[in-house]
Amino acid sequence: MSPLPTINPVEPFLRAERMPHIWCPGCGIGTTVNCFARALVASKLPLDKVAVVSGIGCTGRVAGYVHLDSFHTTHGRAIPFATGLKLARPDLTVVVYSGDGDLIAIGGNHFIHAARRNVDIKVICVNNFTYGMTGGQVAPTTPVGATATTTPYGCFERPFNLPFLAESSGAVYVARWTAFHVRHIAHSMVEAFQKKGFSFIEILSPCPTLYQRRNKMGDGLDTMHFYKQHSVIKNGANTRDVDINLQGEIIVGKFVDNERPTLQQSMEQQLRQTLRDRYAGWGGV
Amino acid sequence: MLTGAHFLDGDQAACEGALAAGANFAAGYPITPSTEIVERFAVRVPTVGGIFLQMEDELASSMAVVGATWGGAKAFTVTSGPGFSLMMEHVGYAAMTETPLVLVNVQRGGPSTGLPTLPGQGDMMQARWGSHGDYEIIALCPNSPQECFDQMIEAFNLTEEYRTPVLVMMDECVGHMTEKVVIPPAEEIKVLPRRYTTLPPSEYQPFRPGPDGIPEMVKAGDGYRIHVTGLTHDEQGYPAMDWRAQHKLVSRLVRKIRDHADRIARCEEDGLEDADVVVVAYGITSRVAQRAIQMARAEGLRVGLLRPVVVWPFPERRVRELAQRVHAFVVVEMNYGQMVYEVERCAGDQARTLLVPHGGGSVHEPEEILKAIREAME
Repeated sequence: MSPLPTINPVEPFLRAERMPHIWCPGCGIGTTVNCFARALVASKLPLDKVAVVSGIGCTGRVAGYVHLDSFHTTHGRAIPFATGLKLARPDLTVVVYSGDGDLIAIGGNHFIHAARRNVDIKVICVNNFTYGMTGGQVAPTTPVGATATTTPYGCFERPFNLPFLAESSGAVYVARWTAFHVRHIAHSMVEAFQKKGFSFIEILSPCPTLYQRRNKMGDGLDTMHFYKQHSVIKNGANTRDVDINLQGEIIVGKFVDNERPTLQQSMEQQLRQTLRDRYAGWGGV
Repeated sequence: MLTGAHFLDGDQAACEGALAAGANFAAGYPITPSTEIVERFAVRVPTVGGIFLQMEDELASSMAVVGATWGGAKAFTVTSGPGFSLMMEHVGYAAMTETPLVLVNVQRGGPSTGLPTLPGQGDMMQARWGSHGDYEIIALCPNSPQECFDQMIEAFNLTEEYRTPVLVMMDECVGHMTEKVVIPPAEEIKVLPRRYTTLPPSEYQPFRPGPDGIPEMVKAGDGYRIHVTGLTHDEQGYPAMDWRAQHKLVSRLVRKIRDHADRIARCEEDGLEDADVVVVAYGITSRVAQRAIQMARAEGLRVGLLRPVVVWPFPERRVRELAQRVHAFVVVEMNYGQMVYEVERCAGDQARTLLVPHGGGSVHEPEEILKAIREAME
């Protein structure tokens, strides 16, 4: 029998001196960070060449806890930061790790344009259907009928279907899981790390303090049971058909995995073709 | 690289200045009258090595240059009034994270959409105070295409030295006027390198200041595993949510500029030796003021020009010195009174301060300025 490990396998990936973290009991963000650490191990990426960029919000705090080059930017602007970083340094694996409000509401314009350009970044979106950090306001992901502090009588706006938004904007890799699907999440992250181009992983996650409590959905554990019972894995599903309803079936899986030149490849090809030997090339700073 | 004498407008000259300073990354969003700077950069930079990307808006442009800088690039963006407002959040982020970058504002008439193709100088206080919270900024103000070239190099050097964003506050006239611009050979151009640390990762703290209050930098991918945040942070870069951390950090961000204000602030002076009245003007307005001063001198009036070249930090010491011995300051600016408040503050009770305002859209008439000079002599 091999001896028991003395340290948690994810510990080297965390800034242990910053623990305890700010996330509530039952929150799924920490679970996704655990998956992220395991995916980094499995992918064998050189960790000095991985950068994490977050926006603002509960998930925006991920950058502060991972022991990597990590940037906690402004609200909604993690993707433009990551775009600049990746273009300046093509040798880095640049991961954007943020929440649904940050990436899709205030940052929505950058999200669609980065997908359109096929910037070679990996976007991990923890979707808890609400604004957690500010106290539970309605988000562009909140299902119709769900209560939030700013929709006290129920949400009346149609939410975004994030995989459909990502695919139709041009993402080359799109997957969705819930915080229950830890092995699937880590597997998708490994695939995304290996992928060239704009890769998007949506992870549905409980916010027991605000979203679940306000909508009488129980605690974090109840939500995990709910995810387990209501999730249906449909790899390759048409992203048009993966809308999320308040208490309905949740379609998860890898929906999109295709190839398209990245922003930098397209840029280089166009410049080389036009400028020929006047093009100085660009290998990064 | 381009060298020798060229016939360039201010926008083109600013682009050449950026290239001469070693800029290898720019992101921008089209806005009149600044776009020509990055149009030229988009033509030039692929042939010398670097990136230009047109982003989806000014928020994205200003953040892409921050990201590129942390990757090791020398980066800048350009804009005008409405875009300057949108970029304010990232001026604050760059100040808080001590990110070196240059931001050019080719000023046009405002507020709001205002006069897209016509000049203004209405963003001078926004340059100083535009982002929320407390910070100090460095801003330069060229009055010719030659200075657009020269000041871009100076701006990049200042941002590397002080690790605060540096603004180049052009105006539509300076941006679009064409004059002779002399570009020296590359070896004669002084370019300051980034202040990278030589410490190993185990000893390095990203926001621990050196003796001059400014920390050394690293870039992503070098194995330092840094954390950078816009939250109030300690020297390790970690969020620290208490008043002590706030005082320590923000006072340093302010002091690193204020303590060096006399070194950074710079004025051009003409005919101040015997002056009873000092005309204070910057940017294109300073050139109209020169004409008015010639007219006044022809009438025998003893008047000279004080032109802030670096407008922020304000050349406070020089204005205080002059206030001891002159009757009055005549502040000429293409707005309804912005830098005049600084002159008034420094002049105090020692000398009168008169404003010659102008709403923008054209430059002043020299006669308006002459009239104010005569009034100031009384």
